Amino acid sequence: MEDAKKKKMTAYTKQTMITYGMVIAVYIICEICMHTGKMSNQMKGLLVPLCYYAIMAVSLNLTVGILGELSLGHAGFSCIGVFVGAVFSICMKDVITVSYLRFFFAILLGALAAGVIGFLIGIPVLRLRGDYLAIVTLAFCEIIKNVVNIIYLGKDSNGLHFSTKDMMSLGMEEGAIEIVKGPQGISGMPSDANFTIGVLLLLITLFVVLNLTHSRDGRAIMAIRDNLIAAESVGINITKYKLMAFSISAALAGAAGVLYAHNISIVKAATNNFGYNMSILILVFVVLGGIGNIRGSIIAAVILTLVPEMLRGLQQYRLLIYSVVLIGMMLLNWSPKAIEWKAGMIAKLKKGRNKKQTEKQAD
Amino acid sequence: MSFITYVISGISLGSVYAIIALGYSMVYGIAKMLNFAHGDVIMVGGFVVYSLTSSMGMPPIVAVVCSMIFCTILGVAIERIAYRPLRNAASSLAVLITAIGISYFLQNIALIIYGSSPKIFSSVITIPPLKLADGALTISGETVVTIAACIVIMVGLTLFINKTKAGQAMLAVSEDRGAASLMGINVNGTIALTFAIGSALAAVAGVLLCSAYPSLSPYTGAMPGIKAFVAAVFGGIGSIPGALIGGILLGLIEALSKAYISFQLSDAIVFAALIVVLLVRPTGILGRQIQEKV
Amino acid sequence: MAMLEVTNLSISFGGLRAVDNFNISIEEGALYGLIGPNGAGKTTVFNLLTGVYKPNEGHIILDGKDITGKKTIEINKEGIARTFQNIRLFKELTVQENVMVGLHNEITYPTIAGILKLPSYRRAEKEMREKSIELLKVFDLDQEADILASNLPYGKQRKLEIARALATNPKLLLLDEPAAGMNPNETQELMDTIRFVRDQFKMTILLIEHDMKLVSGICSKLTVLNFGQVLCQGDTEEVLNNPEVVKAYLGE
Repeated sequence: MEDAKKKKMTAYTKQTMITYGMVIAVYIICEICMHTGKMSNQMKGLLVPLCYYAIMAVSLNLTVGILGELSLGHAGFSCIGVFVGAVFSICMKDVITVSYLRFFFAILLGALAAGVIGFLIGIPVLRLRGDYLAIVTLAFCEIIKNVVNIIYLGKDSNGLHFSTKDMMSLGMEEGAIEIVKGPQGISGMPSDANFTIGVLLLLITLFVVLNLTHSRDGRAIMAIRDNLIAAESVGINITKYKLMAFSISAALAGAAGVLYAHNISIVKAATNNFGYNMSILILVFVVLGGIGNIRGSIIAAVILTLVPEMLRGLQQYRLLIYSVVLIGMMLLNWSPKAIEWKAGMIAKLKKGRNKKQTEKQAD
Repeated sequence: MSFITYVISGISLGSVYAIIALGYSMVYGIAKMLNFAHGDVIMVGGFVVYSLTSSMGMPPIVAVVCSMIFCTILGVAIERIAYRPLRNAASSLAVLITAIGISYFLQNIALIIYGSSPKIFSSVITIPPLKLADGALTISGETVVTIAACIVIMVGLTLFINKTKAGQAMLAVSEDRGAASLMGINVNGTIALTFAIGSALAAVAGVLLCSAYPSLSPYTGAMPGIKAFVAAVFGGIGSIPGALIGGILLGLIEALSKAYISFQLSDAIVFAALIVVLLVRPTGILGRQIQEKV
Repeated sequence: MAMLEVTNLSISFGGLRAVDNFNISIEEGALYGLIGPNGAGKTTVFNLLTGVYKPNEGHIILDGKDITGKKTIEINKEGIARTFQNIRLFKELTVQENVMVGLHNEITYPTIAGILKLPSYRRAEKEMREKSIELLKVFDLDQEADILASNLPYGKQRKLEIARALATNPKLLLLDEPAAGMNPNETQELMDTIRFVRDQFKMTILLIEHDMKLVSGICSKLTVLNFGQVLCQGDTEEVLNNPEVVKAYLGE
């Protein structure tokens, strides 16, 4: 019995080690390629976004796969991280001059802000079920995007100025720094992000999500997913654990947002990067990678980000191909008939192999 | 007077939302899926009319009918090819993601054919504007037609569902698919019919939308699609009067907040209203409350 | 002093009085049966006792404490655990994890200890694993500890529900049709297990059951419910021979 337990523990540890190992191995390969000049500039530019998408997918999987609630507003939380983190970095540019330290605090603050907003949104929203929850999270994501688009923020010697009208109404003196410019977005962040920090953040995300899943709280969250009424009957506080999963997921998305913001020169909150489109894109990663499968989320995020980039040569046809591939994969992976057909093929193959083996043995 | 103008434009916009929301709501009620591609069928409907009228010079009314037929076939084909195989999939997310794939597909086909720059859509509605109160209040022909179309569609659909066998079959399938099939109802056929009606309505909505806001691009359908979905949930998804109420309310909120509160925040206000409604009534204004049996 | 004392418990749905003036008194350590025809309101009584529904009238006193109107999780903490007529397991969790979820409030550690895998996490998890295996052994489920709950055969799923309920360390255990769908051998085995649980854990048990062999075999007292009202109450032998009860079950 003791042996069996040990075996199981190692099986679990093995799985998590494979996940961490996979990330670290890819990191090392990429670093070697970069230093030996074997990596194209296009690919180099994709490294940090890949980390961003992977973190987003893993953190959304906490809500969708582990908690079992459909969220279509995940990008909204990263939007909060983007703006809080970027504003912090711009303001602190001269105060904290060590870029790693400044970025560390920016990430912490971005995660905290997104986590708090996630918590506040979660209180009313998590009472809803299924598709209703989905539409409300989508609504919140759009609201966050809209609100961010009317914010004007600047800084001069008198401190911070804030308006929802335009830059002029801030009434700042000459030589002031314009931080947030409404629909023109935010610019002037120090480029503190790099691939190493991105991978580190991904590893931290994995650490938090995997360890949470295998703890008492994680089991409570999964129990709620599997059967809410039964979970309640054994004394599990439904609201507490739903909020816990939702706000941790939001905080991680916020941290990812900070990473994203410090990798580009201008961020605007548009539909394509922080609206429902992005939320849905991340959801696609989660579903294709396997609902509840953390490693799958990372792999799907990386492949589905790279494939359209690889197809750039096909120009306008690339997204068409992408959509066809997406539909095809969904049908193949999820349609009961396709699953049956696949099982049948595998059985046939095995049978064939066994036959060959017996024939060989007969020889 | 300006207030009344805003209200009328709100009702007009709301009528378009209501027509789109109907499609969403019917499909949700019967197939139990969020058809994210519904908004893009609106865009397809708009482009068909655009092509037929501006490049082939067809009379608008013929073009609209052709567009409806085209979208009906498209809707049924999408259901048959992409959604039906996943109807009994282990996770309801599978069909949702497939619908998103269809949405990308339609957008990108339109992008390849028509390019990304918006096309100017010349209104297909030629009736003169209505002048009321000695010309102080003008209601455009588009508004009149839109509101009239919405009323006709609502009444027609209500009659169809309540008075015809096919309509009753729809109700039965939405209530309990398994039981309906045991009673000899052709479930596949009924769901296909629902998609056909929903898509034909989307084509109508597309024409009305483009006539009121005369610009057409591959992404035209996305936001109205989402808003109509919000309207459907707002009114109580699965309910025809709910779609009407939700659509009109949404149009009014949008038009009035654009006029009186903030142009940029109007979408945020619409979504905030949805959240408030759902917090008070978790299944929408006319939605049925469901309690799980222990 | 009775473990459970229920007085004048009533609830209406719309115009229907699903449970009307329900009274029951269960002594500590008793094995008590709640029987009645389908739709008599038996499960509704369980739902009232566990806070799924709030009663319109009446009082529920558990071990001298008034728990009327409390929430499900509070009632579980006060000491009532239950199983469900339609099995409700955590299907995607293993058999052992199902029981560990039951131990949720028995063995605790802070969230941060779990995320950082602090020593307190390791200690508590070890204790949880040991305790859950112990419980599984009672129900002869320890060999299946690592398989998914949904892969258990039906009869074992019912047993796992009881094990999970016991893990919350209750004073009163409510079993909703524990023998439903079991063959006579399994039922016999289940009767022994229920008796064993009562003796080993000093448990008070109230069970709903249709299988008269099980009821007459293990219950010392019975309450018969018909159309939401108590039809008859008392020692098993007496109740089962009461002509009113026979009539309710078999018709005229």
